[in-house]
Amino acid sequence: MGIQEKAPEATAVPARPSAQPIVNDFAIVVATVNGTGSQTANLALLRAIFRMGVPVNGKNIFPSNIQGLPTWYHIRVSKEGYIARRETNELLVAFNEATVHQDIRDLPPGGVCLYNADWRNVPTRDDVTMYGIPVRPFVAESGLKGKLSDYIANMVYVGAMAYLLEIPLAKIDEALEVHFKKRRKLVESNMAVVRAAHEWASENISKTDPYRVEPMDATSGQMLITGNEAAALGAVFGGVSFAAWYPITPSTSLIDALNDYLPKLRRDPETGQATYAVVQAEDELAAIGMVLGAGWSGARAMTATSGPGISLMAEYAGLGYFAEVPAVIWDIQRVGPSTGLPTRTGQGDVLFTYYLGHGDTLNVILFPASVAECFEFGTTAFNLADQLQTPIFVLSDLDLGMNNWMTEPFTYPEEPIKRGKVMTAEDIKQNGRFARYKDVDGDGIAYRTLPGNPHPLAAWFARGTGHNEHAVYSERPEDWENNMLRLRRKFDTARGLVPGPVFDETEDAEFGIIAFGTTEYAIDEARDRLAKTGVQTSFMRLRALPINDAVRDFIARYERVYVVELNRDGQLHKILQTEVPDMAARLVSLAHLDGMPMTARWVVEAIEAAESGRKE
Amino acid sequence: MSSGPRRGVENKIGLTLKDYKGQPSTLCNGCGHNSISNQVVQVAYELDIEQHTILRLSGIGCSSKSPAYFLGGSFGFNSLHGRMPSLATGALMGNHTLHAIGVSGDGDTGSIGLGQFKHLIRRNVRMVYVVENNGVYGLTKGQFSATADEGQVLKYAGENKLPPVDVCMEAIVAGAGFVARSFSGDAKQVRELMKAALHFKGTAVLDIISPCVAFNNADTSTKSYGYGREHEAPLHDFGWVPPAEEIEIDDLAPGELRIVELHDGSLIKLQKLEEDYDPGRKVEALRRLQTAHDNQEFITGLIYLDERRATLAEISDLTETPLAALSDAQLRPSRQALAEVMAEF
Repeated sequence: MGIQEKAPEATAVPARPSAQPIVNDFAIVVATVNGTGSQTANLALLRAIFRMGVPVNGKNIFPSNIQGLPTWYHIRVSKEGYIARRETNELLVAFNEATVHQDIRDLPPGGVCLYNADWRNVPTRDDVTMYGIPVRPFVAESGLKGKLSDYIANMVYVGAMAYLLEIPLAKIDEALEVHFKKRRKLVESNMAVVRAAHEWASENISKTDPYRVEPMDATSGQMLITGNEAAALGAVFGGVSFAAWYPITPSTSLIDALNDYLPKLRRDPETGQATYAVVQAEDELAAIGMVLGAGWSGARAMTATSGPGISLMAEYAGLGYFAEVPAVIWDIQRVGPSTGLPTRTGQGDVLFTYYLGHGDTLNVILFPASVAECFEFGTTAFNLADQLQTPIFVLSDLDLGMNNWMTEPFTYPEEPIKRGKVMTAEDIKQNGRFARYKDVDGDGIAYRTLPGNPHPLAAWFARGTGHNEHAVYSERPEDWENNMLRLRRKFDTARGLVPGPVFDETEDAEFGIIAFGTTEYAIDEARDRLAKTGVQTSFMRLRALPINDAVRDFIARYERVYVVELNRDGQLHKILQTEVPDMAARLVSLAHLDGMPMTARWVVEAIEAAESGRKE
Repeated sequence: MSSGPRRGVENKIGLTLKDYKGQPSTLCNGCGHNSISNQVVQVAYELDIEQHTILRLSGIGCSSKSPAYFLGGSFGFNSLHGRMPSLATGALMGNHTLHAIGVSGDGDTGSIGLGQFKHLIRRNVRMVYVVENNGVYGLTKGQFSATADEGQVLKYAGENKLPPVDVCMEAIVAGAGFVARSFSGDAKQVRELMKAALHFKGTAVLDIISPCVAFNNADTSTKSYGYGREHEAPLHDFGWVPPAEEIEIDDLAPGELRIVELHDGSLIKLQKLEEDYDPGRKVEALRRLQTAHDNQEFITGLIYLDERRATLAEISDLTETPLAALSDAQLRPSRQALAEVMAEF
């Protein structure tokens, strides 16, 4: 069930009975039944701790199911600001009877369990502090029945955890206010249960465990937002005017957010009419077709999908590359071919999207690692699509897209809206000529005109067939080859346009590490741990493909470079090896995928194993 | 309404018939599709169409090559097999002031693209969707398509044991408001239907039987020239009249002529032939198509007409300026707007 398969981490074992309080440095797992509204309760706990000024990260480990299967919510509390997943959770909220045995077994020695005291036969462990709180009395008091009683149960554990962790009830209230968008009536009805449970716990539970939250000042001015909401906002401020999509986890909430923000932010102030359109297509084949149609006509067009959707989009994406049509494709990666693990996270679409399309195809990919980058790349992706006249892939993942992350509020995009090489009727008149696929500037990027341009020379015929510089059908060998070589020149131009890598280098580093996306957080923490053992490392986070010289130079500076990624085959490692064949032997793949976000522990162990294997 | 080609004579916007031509056709001599391309050229000339206001779109196949052979001054997109409808939807949402003529075939529409065809219609994207229907795959040398006759025998494919997909019935069931069938050998009717289709507000479907001279032109095939010439049974004498043009009632008795006004004031004129067919009734239209199939009748003309449905652009409440032409200020909300959103978190 994926919470922890390994022995607990050494650092997580406290002495028992508690000698020293453990403050702001632990992880909680909340075990509930999917579809019972526990997300509201879990987010209330997460937000309340966040609003106490304490760094947090929440990860929903949920099933592909509407109602009934087990779900776990992980909250990491870290005074040091670490936000990667931990394999060990010291505190358990055991509110799913179906998994309570396993959940309690998974606790580390010294762990804490809050369970539903209505149940019989809850197992006990001598090395775990057990607290029971009954739910039935609170349900009876509320007078609610059926499914609604589940909501009561959720707020019962919120109240009890607030007591146990010393979270002020005012912070729970604030958190619920954000969740319910200031609708006080809903906040009040939930708070009534939270208060009652808190009171019951304070009267009936005597706290003996060491874990608690103390206020800090590490989150002030920040906010919590999911990557998909951030990406949607980024698209809105990046000038999206058309989106077509087909529902698929974990990308759906990105479009939901677009549908939330666009009507508020993108209506004509005078007429109230829409300066955008969002179309739910009949499948991903149609979604990408609509996006290419809109991009061809001159709209800023995007879609959001996940791996299986990318499979269906392959043919049109290839045509988009060859006919040179701007498009933005957000791939919120999930796990595996086919359905795979549809509600789990991974980085398995790198090779597929990089080469997506039959024939010779090379695509530009952006790798956001944070919610701030999801917002920023909203503009970047559309600008690159218009500048390069090609589909741009943005590879997020389920962990980033669907979970809440701390961030500074987003700042207004500094990058202007760029529309690339578009010739108006006036431009053609001045220039005297127009050839759609002619490399006038030597950068591989030809000029385009938009349908509706009235100049007699403006019209051209987009096609997947071989064509010459004038977009006229051609089977001449030299026309084909010249065009394809120009497309490769264009890809080289992209190297200088895409966001460059981010470096964190140490002078006496023994080796380098390359990664992309959300594995950054596990790697940051792992590097700190390695540094404590005297192993200095340098880090480069790749933010886009194709690579530029800065990537080459980084690899050149280190004898060994570990390429760390959340997939089975080391997909980025393979691409880098082909990009820098002269240094391919320096690149060592550290890849792993089980559906869960990467942990610092895995990174440390993988690097230590590789290093010791080298020395043997 | 139509006259023959007026060579060298300029229309109201100063263009000659030749100006509306495309590249030379690479289809077979005598291919029905070439005749349809010629009618598109003629219609655009007669309607004084500004070529940059119209898109020519297609999927893949012999039929889908043909947009290259007309309206050389129009933007075009020869897209993917069976996937023209989605591209058309996006293109016409990106710029909803443009119109489009999409050309597809029986394989492109009836097999690989049946889903997109029906969803295009369901969304009521304003465009003319032509199916050049010959019942056979040409470029791959003679396989049956989904519209081929049941029991038909072809040299390459043997006997077809499956019933045909009826493009018009599929269109009506999907919600199309303009559904017509014609025959590429009946140039006048093709032209008049095309004109009316171009003035219809919504998806207009023209299922045009267009013989394949290479693979499916034996007189026994319902998709052959011989069969069409012999059996075409127009439901009415179809005509289209531009807005504000007087129509001549001639000496027809009452009930001999149906006149339907389209949203732009142009008129559809249906002159009664043998039966008094009313294209305004959906169930009747389906019934007539089914009896035509059962009795092996080759009915042509306007089979169904209902202009009441809103188009996709209308239900999307699009601003007057095309999405493709929005200014940077329209594309990016203000600093203040972002500050307000951030305050909600």
